[in-house]
Amino acid sequence: MNQSRRKLLQASGGATVMALAASAGVFNSGNLHAEEWNKAAFDTKTLQDTVKAFGGAAATESKDITITSPDIAENGAVVPVSVSSKLGKTEAISILVEKNPNALSAAFDIPSGTEPFVSTRVKMGQTSNVYALVKADGKYFFATKEIKVTLGGCGG
Amino acid sequence: MADPMKIRASIVGDKVVVKILMAHEMETGQRKDSAGKTIPAWFIQNVTATHNGKTVLSAQWGPAVSKNPFLEFRFSGGKAGEKVIVTWTDNKGDKRTDEATIT
Repeated sequence: MNQSRRKLLQASGGATVMALAASAGVFNSGNLHAEEWNKAAFDTKTLQDTVKAFGGAAATESKDITITSPDIAENGAVVPVSVSSKLGKTEAISILVEKNPNALSAAFDIPSGTEPFVSTRVKMGQTSNVYALVKADGKYFFATKEIKVTLGGCGG
Repeated sequence: MADPMKIRASIVGDKVVVKILMAHEMETGQRKDSAGKTIPAWFIQNVTATHNGKTVLSAQWGPAVSKNPFLEFRFSGGKAGEKVIVTWTDNKGDKRTDEATIT
């Protein structure tokens, strides 16, 4: 009698371990997805650090990148920013706000067949330079524009 | 479950112009509630758009993208009646996929 109870306990103990392993597995697969998100790049504070987090060396200024946005944004929570690139073989476009807590706002991969253009809306804590970082033919280029903000979009 | 996206895909010249409006809080993790506690970050991290099984745009976003994010891009090779499928995933693992027919 006692013996069978012991077996039952062992069996249930094993089942618990299995359940734990299964839930850990689920948790891991969740983490796996998160790896597609470049946390290092989104933690950076400056343009140069972001370029490094992307695996590049340095970015050069280019007149072939155009940032379209209002010069003065009344509401920093919603600042429309468009970036287009005339650089050949544009592979990626990123939007950075220099004075935000973390510079990088959004990073886009541009496959061939897709126009090197993106338009989105970002938050700005205060008046700041906005950078458009473009990866073209394996090299990094940027353009910059100052956007004045009359009402901040971070905090408050 | 998040609200559906509004997606419009229309042919302009030889390109397909895709405009997407997503419903998401995009909480930065910087703000505090009335009790002074930090509101945890909650934002879309990955966005992927596909057409005929081919990725036409993929994006990684930080919390600095505005609430209820707007996104516009253009690609070539699309025809009227075909579908554009857009998926986003946020930092809590929530996911939403919607599609639009090119007009």
